Amino acid sequence: MKQKTVAVVGAAETTEMGKIPNTSQLMLHADAALNAMRDAGLTAKDIDGIATAGDSPVEVAHYLGITPTWVDGTSVGGCSFMLHVRHAAAAINEGLCNTVLITHAESGRSRVGARRFSRDPASQQGQFEVPYGITNPPTMFTIPALRYMKQYGVTEEDIANVAVVQREWAAMNPRASFRDPITVDDVLNSKMIAWPFRLLMCCLVTDGGGALILTSAERAKDFPQKPVYILGTGESCETPMISQMADFTTSKAFRVSGKKAFDEAGIKHADVDHLMIYDAFAHLPVYGLEDLGFCERGEGAAFIREGNTRPGGTLPLNTNGGGLSYMHSGMYGMYALQESVRQMRGIAPAQVPGAKISIAHGVGGMFAASGTIVFSNEAP
Amino acid sequence: MAEYNRPLPLPTPETQHFWAGCREGELRLQRCTSCKQSYFPPRPFCPACSSREVEVYKASGKATLYSYIINHRPRPDFGDKPHSIAVVELAEGPRMMTNIVGCPQTPEALVLDMPLEVTFEKANDEISLPKFRPAKG
Repeated sequence: MKQKTVAVVGAAETTEMGKIPNTSQLMLHADAALNAMRDAGLTAKDIDGIATAGDSPVEVAHYLGITPTWVDGTSVGGCSFMLHVRHAAAAINEGLCNTVLITHAESGRSRVGARRFSRDPASQQGQFEVPYGITNPPTMFTIPALRYMKQYGVTEEDIANVAVVQREWAAMNPRASFRDPITVDDVLNSKMIAWPFRLLMCCLVTDGGGALILTSAERAKDFPQKPVYILGTGESCETPMISQMADFTTSKAFRVSGKKAFDEAGIKHADVDHLMIYDAFAHLPVYGLEDLGFCERGEGAAFIREGNTRPGGTLPLNTNGGGLSYMHSGMYGMYALQESVRQMRGIAPAQVPGAKISIAHGVGGMFAASGTIVFSNEAP
Repeated sequence: MAEYNRPLPLPTPETQHFWAGCREGELRLQRCTSCKQSYFPPRPFCPACSSREVEVYKASGKATLYSYIINHRPRPDFGDKPHSIAVVELAEGPRMMTNIVGCPQTPEALVLDMPLEVTFEKANDEISLPKFRPAKG
């Protein structure tokens, strides 16, 4: 086995998902963590590294009874957990800790014990974006799309089709929030949110969480679950303001993070059997396919339209149904990682037969940050 | 004028010149005196080359429509009809978020790359917001 390899030995989501009005956000962290510890055959006493985003890792560690020698509170939006995986791998390899717990939880829908969201009017965004009426992601993340569509002749139907294909995957997943088939017309006729975006082009808002446990590949052999190895990782960030994204047709953070992960893993695109691209909105998988190098610029929507990413296609994408149909509690990156781990363990509801390499690619903020993890079920 | 009830910027020492300009009906940009790059949002150094040798100048106020949405989510402070949230590309290069005003808030009226010009919307004695309208002629 390659020296300095780290593996996922515990992975779980919260017991329930969707609408959980009887549980606080902090307890959702704990619920996911306890499930992941049970999955790995561990208790809090065995954990010596802690990472979370949004909420404080101090609060999560104390609540669970963990005394860490390594703490990571990197909080750059929904891809933070990809960054935690990357940082944890480095920390384990450096001997800073042995067994890392990464948690995410958000009472995104019920707002029980959830963080209050406010923007300082003196911040850059408070001065130069908020006065123009932006509120939440549907009024920010959507803004670049029209430029992309004009540049490449991509239509509203093409963007709607992304949601249609992901619903096909969701139909196979008993835990998905929305499972009924939809058509392009259904998407285009759903409630207008921020033209050209309709409701079914936007992610869900749900309650839930997830947790991962990582350790060295050497130790991973002694755990009850089949280890899922980390072959390569990447991270980057670009801008806290969508208006200042350098090019509205491509994400610099995606490109930098993706290339790092591919280079570190030493794999080619043809080696990838399964792909997760954080889909906060329906245009995200199109940008992701291109910026990760699976398609030429401008060809992402056609790649999806031609059926490559749907069940039975050459590159199964967002096989849990994605943020559009599975669940999205606010920081979806954790759920993309969970699905990659399930696929590598061979236990996903919509299992890709024989999949050996999976990539989970996340976005943070509005194209603000990015993290990419390459997983394999074969030891490098 | 009715009381302005939308969120307003709180200028910092590094952005005072910009908001003072808006108050006086001028769109002020900064440019690096070493590498000549114009940039936005304001800061007292050049993000392209890290030089602190920068100057403030009056921009032309001309721009083109780079991208936008038409927000249909409720924003009572913006009225009861859908409204644009846009990013414009200034003639000098930098881009900024704004609203397109003085024309219907429809895809037909809001065409990418259409020429625009700045106009200032007074919120109170301290703050006027730069907005953009279709260029005349």
